[in-house]
Amino acid sequence: MDSSIKMWAEKVNFFYGSTQALKSVSINIFKNQVTALIGPSGCGKSTFIRLFNRMNELVVNTRLTGRIYIDGENINSSCIDAVDIRRRVGMVFQKPNPFPKSIFDNIAYGLRVNGIKNKDFIEERVAQTLKKAALWDEVKCGLKESALGLSGGQQQRLCIARCLAVETEVILFDEPCASLDPISTGKIEELILELKKDYTIVIVTHNMQQAARVSDFTGFFLLGELIEFGKTNEIFTAPKDKRTEAYITGRFG
Amino acid sequence: MERHFDEELQDLNNEILKMGALAEEAIFNSIEALKDRDKNKAMEVINNDKAIDELELQIDEKCLDLIARHQPMAGDLRFIITGMKVNAELERIIDIAVDICQRVVEIADKPLLKPLIDIPKLANVAQNMIKMTIDSFVKRDSELARKVMLSDSEADNLRNMIQKELIEDYMLKDKTTTPRAVPLLLIARFLERICDHATNIAEDVIYMVEAQVVKHHPEKL
Repeated sequence: MDSSIKMWAEKVNFFYGSTQALKSVSINIFKNQVTALIGPSGCGKSTFIRLFNRMNELVVNTRLTGRIYIDGENINSSCIDAVDIRRRVGMVFQKPNPFPKSIFDNIAYGLRVNGIKNKDFIEERVAQTLKKAALWDEVKCGLKESALGLSGGQQQRLCIARCLAVETEVILFDEPCASLDPISTGKIEELILELKKDYTIVIVTHNMQQAARVSDFTGFFLLGELIEFGKTNEIFTAPKDKRTEAYITGRFG
Repeated sequence: MERHFDEELQDLNNEILKMGALAEEAIFNSIEALKDRDKNKAMEVINNDKAIDELELQIDEKCLDLIARHQPMAGDLRFIITGMKVNAELERIIDIAVDICQRVVEIADKPLLKPLIDIPKLANVAQNMIKMTIDSFVKRDSELARKVMLSDSEADNLRNMIQKELIEDYMLKDKTTTPRAVPLLLIARFLERICDHATNIAEDVIYMVEAQVVKHHPEKL
């Protein structure tokens, strides 16, 4: 196994009922790198990343073939616990979804669920992860306030902090900046670049410039297929496939 | 899908073509001026330069504007970046045509040192190379661009021959020929430089079309 690869997918097919959403997708997700997945709406990119932490299992009448690995382990094998996979592979969604609790409890929740009771430890971890998520300075005086009172960008960083608290290894971002203004978007992007030192990141985005700015590798999806995968600078300056070129230059359709 | 952006790219393309046509014209006129030792024609080329400088700035500004507003990618990005480079090369070529004309003004009133044979040949090579590179840019034809690059050694050989002849047959034998030999030496050097700029454009065209960097990597040709 190549140690530079954190997760990989092998000939993944995925069906919603009789509709095939993914067609034989194979990809490597490199450790401590940012991988961007781009493609038009409905091309399967969100479906694909949801397979990385077994979230699609929660959708009825779906079927998966092929394999997905993390550190060489098949994440769908019967001896692997889905909850543990979701801890190791965290997810941040398009719309920030903090719990309707205090800022502090949003982060402490995951720790408590994981059986941690030591108050000092929890307090320290909350501060540490809020710092890592570049949110600490803005919220340190109001940790008991409701998370719902935060701005959209702050809520999104809180959701990132929530992943970090449970010592996640991979963070999946599904359009994390879709509902944010350019300033908040900039903060999230800075944070992604900072976080890749310690985590492996996959980001689904419709914003081509965002993919170009933050990612090291880019994959282009179309109609459930991974059309092209490569280094981001190559994909955006000299894509090999005509369909990739058409999509990223806005000639698509 | 038609994009409004394509119209803007087309505008840029047309302006670069205009610059290319001006470069061809400047070289043609400078060579004519040289052959006929025509001071007026030479002055015309020199005086045109200001307007050309303005066009260069306009094209540059247009490229910057397209990059800033559209954040182009892939082929679009390569086209605009190449456009900027080609623009600069063409402007340099026109400056060199002006240099030639300044030498023509210098020698116009004096008897020619010798009948011009190899210099017009070199001028021909330069003119052809420029024409072909501009064509290759317009037609997005990287094969044609490769052909241009092959002509560059011909230009180098001619320049060396001219240089050798002027130095060995004239300047070394009779010092008094130097004031009339040096402008010709310079003109040969200028024409050869024009060929180098044409080669640069050809390299840029290959990058634009094939996304291959051949500059400083002759083995990739």
